[in-house]
Amino acid sequence: MEHKSCFHCGLDCESTPITYDDKSFCCHGCKTVYEIFSANDLTCYYDLENAPGATPKEIEGKFDFLDNAAIVEKLLEFNNDHTQIVSLYIPHIHCSSCIWVLENLNKLHPNISSSLVNFGAKTVRITFDMSQLSLKDLVLLLNSIGYEPYISLENYETGKHKIDRSIIYKLGVSGFAFGNVMLFSFPEYFQVDGFWLEQYKHVFRWLMFAFSIPVVFYASQDYFVSAFKGLRSKMLNIDVPIALGISVLFLRSTFEIIFDTGSGFFDSLTGLVFFLLLGKFFQQKTYAFLSFERDYKSYFPIGITKITPDGKETSIQVYDIKKGDRLLIRNEELIPVDCILIKGNARIDYSFVTGESEAVSKSSGEKLFAGGKQLDGIIEVDVLKSVEQSYLTQLWSNDVFKKDKEDAFTTLTNRISKHFTIAILIIAAVATTFWLVHDSSKALNVFTAVLIIACPCAIALSAPFTLGNLLRILGKKKFYLKNASVIEQLAQINTIIFDKTGTITTNDEAQITYDGVDLNAEETRLLKNTLRGSNHPLSRSLYNLLEDNDIVSLDYYQEHLGKGIEAHYNNKHIKVGSAAFVGQHETATTLNTTVHVSAENNYKGKFTFYNAYRKGLSQLFGTLKADYDLAIISGDNEGEKDNLTKLLPTKTKLLFNQKPDDKLEYIKYHQSESANVLMVGDGLNDAGALAQSNVGIAISENVNVFSPACDAILDASKFNQLAHYINASKSAIKIIKWSFIVSFFYNVIGLYFAVTGQLAPVVAAILMPLSSISIVTFTTIATNLLGRRLE
Amino acid sequence: MSVIYVLLAISIIVAVAFFIAFITAVKTGQYDDSYTPSVRVLFEDELIKEKSNTNKSILTKKNNTN
Repeated sequence: MEHKSCFHCGLDCESTPITYDDKSFCCHGCKTVYEIFSANDLTCYYDLENAPGATPKEIEGKFDFLDNAAIVEKLLEFNNDHTQIVSLYIPHIHCSSCIWVLENLNKLHPNISSSLVNFGAKTVRITFDMSQLSLKDLVLLLNSIGYEPYISLENYETGKHKIDRSIIYKLGVSGFAFGNVMLFSFPEYFQVDGFWLEQYKHVFRWLMFAFSIPVVFYASQDYFVSAFKGLRSKMLNIDVPIALGISVLFLRSTFEIIFDTGSGFFDSLTGLVFFLLLGKFFQQKTYAFLSFERDYKSYFPIGITKITPDGKETSIQVYDIKKGDRLLIRNEELIPVDCILIKGNARIDYSFVTGESEAVSKSSGEKLFAGGKQLDGIIEVDVLKSVEQSYLTQLWSNDVFKKDKEDAFTTLTNRISKHFTIAILIIAAVATTFWLVHDSSKALNVFTAVLIIACPCAIALSAPFTLGNLLRILGKKKFYLKNASVIEQLAQINTIIFDKTGTITTNDEAQITYDGVDLNAEETRLLKNTLRGSNHPLSRSLYNLLEDNDIVSLDYYQEHLGKGIEAHYNNKHIKVGSAAFVGQHETATTLNTTVHVSAENNYKGKFTFYNAYRKGLSQLFGTLKADYDLAIISGDNEGEKDNLTKLLPTKTKLLFNQKPDDKLEYIKYHQSESANVLMVGDGLNDAGALAQSNVGIAISENVNVFSPACDAILDASKFNQLAHYINASKSAIKIIKWSFIVSFFYNVIGLYFAVTGQLAPVVAAILMPLSSISIVTFTTIATNLLGRRLE
Repeated sequence: MSVIYVLLAISIIVAVAFFIAFITAVKTGQYDDSYTPSVRVLFEDELIKEKSNTNKSILTKKNNTN
């Protein structure tokens, strides 16, 4: 049967669509959204895109913390009598319809004066009047049209953050000065020895001087700061010769125009800074919709409901939770602290923490850990530890989270620059000594000329353009890197460690096998219909596995929480669930998840769930084994050991039952044996390992949802391409080395002019842009060819 | 006073004016989000179309770039 798809969200309407206004909807939630839109003349929403919506979720009580004035105050960006501005992150923003409807919010509510979407960052900035419309009502309004905002503890801490635009300003200043100085220096390039030029050249020269002042003292200050830092830590980084070149250019040019000995090198000076900043700008590629800095704060809620001793419910801030407090956790809410379950049935999804998708059931009196999500109704808990002291969050007190990997890494450019700087200084010294002996009037001239021409513009541009371009290419292939230096570090990897659950296995599919007495057709039909009613993830996967059968309405159906399900139909009786529940004494304890079935109280058999591994896993390991040490490190038990040994190369190390701290220590141990470790993980439990490793890659099924802090995020569908991406980064290093060779060639030509004392401003003005542009062209073409080879 | 000074003065004033325009543009956040405005500019037409009750689907561009 052909099912209709929902007009609002595009999901399959299954067999019972709800028809309204000649359109079919999958559920009442979607229909309601349509009603809201059609009542407010906003149906244009559906013209822009087909089925752009999302079903509004039940969020009963979820945003109650917005009643707390202190929390609201922290979230507001601007707060004045009748004008409040708030920026909300809405993960569902994905198409032009979303932008359109969110920017027409004022049609839905008169007290919303305007709203502005930033599509890249998936945020909407809403100006509204809080005296008429509270923030909570605003959030509920957004939710009612399927755009539920995501508010986490992270919003609370950062609140209003500033955007750093200094690189654009600097680029603007230097570009502006470069263009104008070029125009002013044009007449003198052609050496028109006329009366005209003699009369005005001073004006032109002093104007050039004026334009280059902001370039030297503002636009290039980063180079001076970095060079100074480098020298202080006794390191000749690439910014040392650059800073030297800029100062010499400026000083010599100034003296030349003061004493009227020449026109100076202001054109080369401004051009140099402009090109360098252009490289810096190009290297910065930020993915506004991704964050590489997430810790537990982006997963945790801001507020939680506390039950006061006299039985009242109040919203409190998560940091205000104290030991001994009684908390109320609602359905779908995250548990922010370690606690003991007091009332209600807990089914906790620890997938944020462990990557394990299967929920665990807990009964009253058992301990619950922070980071779990409650799935079944309301529970009450007693707090054991505050947020910072909880088991999961303690991981973040490790020093490894305070280190900056980028700072600790010496880039290829800086390693080259050390030798380069020393060589240049030697050449300058030798040439100056030579001229002191032969023609001392030229000595100073030659000394400065060497430092000017050797200013390593082309060298400094090779890496930013190569890496920046590869960064963009990899971004298009769904491999998102935090910054360009990750590519260089990736090229030096020799050990790769994988997490198991969620990283090499997929979360959404499981492999299921059945052992026992075959079920007959009637039993299978009954089983399928029984599973149909259950929302338990195991029931859902088993339901999808069984063949389609007629839908019958069962005579009796009962779900026993944490045990199994029981059903009757036509005097047939079936039980599905744990071994004890179906009346089978577990003969051998298996480590894998099993679901047992009995009919008429006779034990039939069991379904065993195995992890489904990602496509191309053995192939990937096969390719990687030649060049890298491989290991699997898992927080799970050894249930999958046999399976993994079959799939993976024999020398792969397998470690099980590893706690988050153990993973971190294991990587530290490898690094102490001088290994460069690449960690591939997914859950918050890998966060420590990802931070400790040289490069930490987080695998994500959906890059818009959350992944722990890392250096790179890889879309799960591209997992099997990992080996190619590492090879691409190695080729990028080769490209950089080649462009170094090209720029040395330019330097040799320039040095010939400098050492022989015939460096005219026009030569410098030609050589510097020529070398820069040819290097940029070379690296761009080479990296694009490299990108074409990637799938 | 030569005409060249007048020309220089004018050219610098024009250049600086554009430079200031650039700085203000950056300051007001024009370069922060380079994608949404390109979509937004197409919406004005849609609104007018709606008023004249012609419901045609014109904009069906898929947007999955950042």
